[in-house]
Amino acid sequence: MSTTTAPAAPAPAIAKRPGGIGRAREFGILAALILVVVAATVKNPNFLFSADGWRDLLLTPSILMLVAVGQAIVIITRNVDLSVGSVMGLTAFLTGRLFIDVPGIPIPLVVLAAVVFGGVLGLINGALVAFARVPAMVITLGTLYAYRGINVLWTGSDQVHPSDLPREFLGLGTQQILTIPVLSIVAIIVLALAAWYMRNTRGGREYYAIGSDPAAAELYGLKTTRRVLSAFVLSGALAGLAGVFYVARYGSVSSQVGSGWELDAVGAAVIGGIAITGGVGTVWGAAIGAMLLMTINRALPILGIPDFWQRAVVGVLIIGAIVLDRVLAVRQRRQLIEARDDS
Amino acid sequence: MTTTTSTTSTRVIRDYDRPLWRRVLLNREFAIIALLVLVVVVSAASIRGFAQPITVNYLLLDVAPILLIALPMTLVMITGEIDLSVGSMVGLASVVTGVLTESGAPFEVAALAALAVGVGGGAFNGFLVTVVGLPSLAVTIGTLALFRGLAVGLLGTTAVTDFPEMWTALAKAKIAGTTIPYIVIPFLVLLAIFVVVLHFTPFGRGIYAIGLSKDAARFSGVNVEQTKFILFILSGAVAAFAGIFYTLRFGSARGDNATGLELQVIAAVVLGGVSVFGGRGHLHGVVAAVLLIGVLGSGLRLAGVTSDVINIITGGLLIFSVVAASVLAWAQRVRAKAGPPLRVAASPAP
Repeated sequence: MSTTTAPAAPAPAIAKRPGGIGRAREFGILAALILVVVAATVKNPNFLFSADGWRDLLLTPSILMLVAVGQAIVIITRNVDLSVGSVMGLTAFLTGRLFIDVPGIPIPLVVLAAVVFGGVLGLINGALVAFARVPAMVITLGTLYAYRGINVLWTGSDQVHPSDLPREFLGLGTQQILTIPVLSIVAIIVLALAAWYMRNTRGGREYYAIGSDPAAAELYGLKTTRRVLSAFVLSGALAGLAGVFYVARYGSVSSQVGSGWELDAVGAAVIGGIAITGGVGTVWGAAIGAMLLMTINRALPILGIPDFWQRAVVGVLIIGAIVLDRVLAVRQRRQLIEARDDS
Repeated sequence: MTTTTSTTSTRVIRDYDRPLWRRVLLNREFAIIALLVLVVVVSAASIRGFAQPITVNYLLLDVAPILLIALPMTLVMITGEIDLSVGSMVGLASVVTGVLTESGAPFEVAALAALAVGVGGGAFNGFLVTVVGLPSLAVTIGTLALFRGLAVGLLGTTAVTDFPEMWTALAKAKIAGTTIPYIVIPFLVLLAIFVVVLHFTPFGRGIYAIGLSKDAARFSGVNVEQTKFILFILSGAVAAFAGIFYTLRFGSARGDNATGLELQVIAAVVLGGVSVFGGRGHLHGVVAAVLLIGVLGSGLRLAGVTSDVINIITGGLLIFSVVAASVLAWAQRVRAKAGPPLRVAASPAP
């Protein structure tokens, strides 16, 4: 608190530094990702240089990437959305049901329906958090159970099988443009839009302002309720899109789609440099974090480590990432204090 | 953050100018206990086969791990921290017990080693939170993955099922003349210890003080870091104990034992009236909430309702309980504003 009331003189130094360090932070994760890819490729060139390897490298992370981007926006506002896995499960099943119940339904309409449905589920979370002023962790923990329960109830004993789905839709999961899978292209477009919005627009900066200091944002006159609400809607809608992607990629839908993904999404965001206390990080970081998580998953067996150890490696990564963030933050604070004392 | 702590503290102060009967009866904990009694009575009257002694047996065996872990979790959450790694610690302790038993060590040694792993894991969480100064939510998401990863890595997809008959029988045995399983005894002992520590020692008052305001607690002489460190160790140790029980009860040590248990524990603790911002909550509310979810589950299962509906009810109850509390607080604020301005406590902190 006291640092914000410091004299305004060293403002340029303060303004310049966080950007520099922020960029270094995402660069670190990117370097780790490249290291994993290179190591796996040296061991087995097919990891990168075969048609299947290249496709899987891009395709597998794209679903988690979408969820992690939504999660990142919510965490930046100093909230958390634990229901994303359940939202994904519900929208995935909705996607399957629509194709079965409405023969010949156009694919864009299904995608739209799933995204809107995800958005509505996010709206329920957001409304409870923003209007009832209840901690997001509690509300979304509740909807995690409730949405999953509804999903299991709705699915019953029938599952969606690839044979129920139109061939063009399943084709989306494997189709490539210039060797890049279509789903990855969509994910990257969504990511770029979100990144541009969060970095360059007034609305995007307001998310950061709210997360850095909710009380100050309120005093400043920001519409915090509406902003927090919109973050949850975005997170829900992106989880909805991820649900569609899941169906396109894997073809079959049980009632357990996306179960446990909430922790993967939070983990990806944290690895990517999003501070769990809000206001810090970029969606790029979260997306690279997601990519690193999923790539490690596939690289471990190639590197001769049984994939049973994958979760342990993920845990070490998450802890390493937050310790690194802490070290960087402490160093930055020291530099800022020095800069102030010098001036 | 600041606004919520100030409203909580005003409510705490305001509590004392209400008559005793209202303080005892009109609170969150009592509402949960009343709901528990109501559910038990209704289930006993309307569900065939519920009002049988054997129901108590299954119910207590089922909820025992959650009951046990909820005790330290309550304390951790009252300080405003959280421990998401407990479910994974149950799995890790289970695997450690299994692997050591399989390699020829006596079961008692294996169990002690598992407890030591619990203490070590808890100390690791505590170290990262208190010494390095990291947020516990992020730390324990990390150790959730790490502990589970170690458990799955050590045992793969295999399971150890060869445990001494004496111990597996003991885990399921009933206290003579009743249908109450023996696990209730360690639970009651732990409960007594936790109640005394939380409500009758300076250490326990410090736990509340930390949750209400970390800085105020520090200036009042509470050793904030040490308190939290001890609580994380307790959380790990009790989770490991629950893991040993879990292993014996099902007679099987597997890497994926008790996956997702952390969320069940936290849901019950929050339902029992513990604020995730810290500073508020009581053990009797939490115990009642765990039992409430357990009774609802077993009652509905006996009534032929599938477990998915139980999930919906658990989630709905959790949401309803916090939203209702927040609506009540809002109504109270409105009333306080309309009423005569005689309360010092009602004036909001600047």
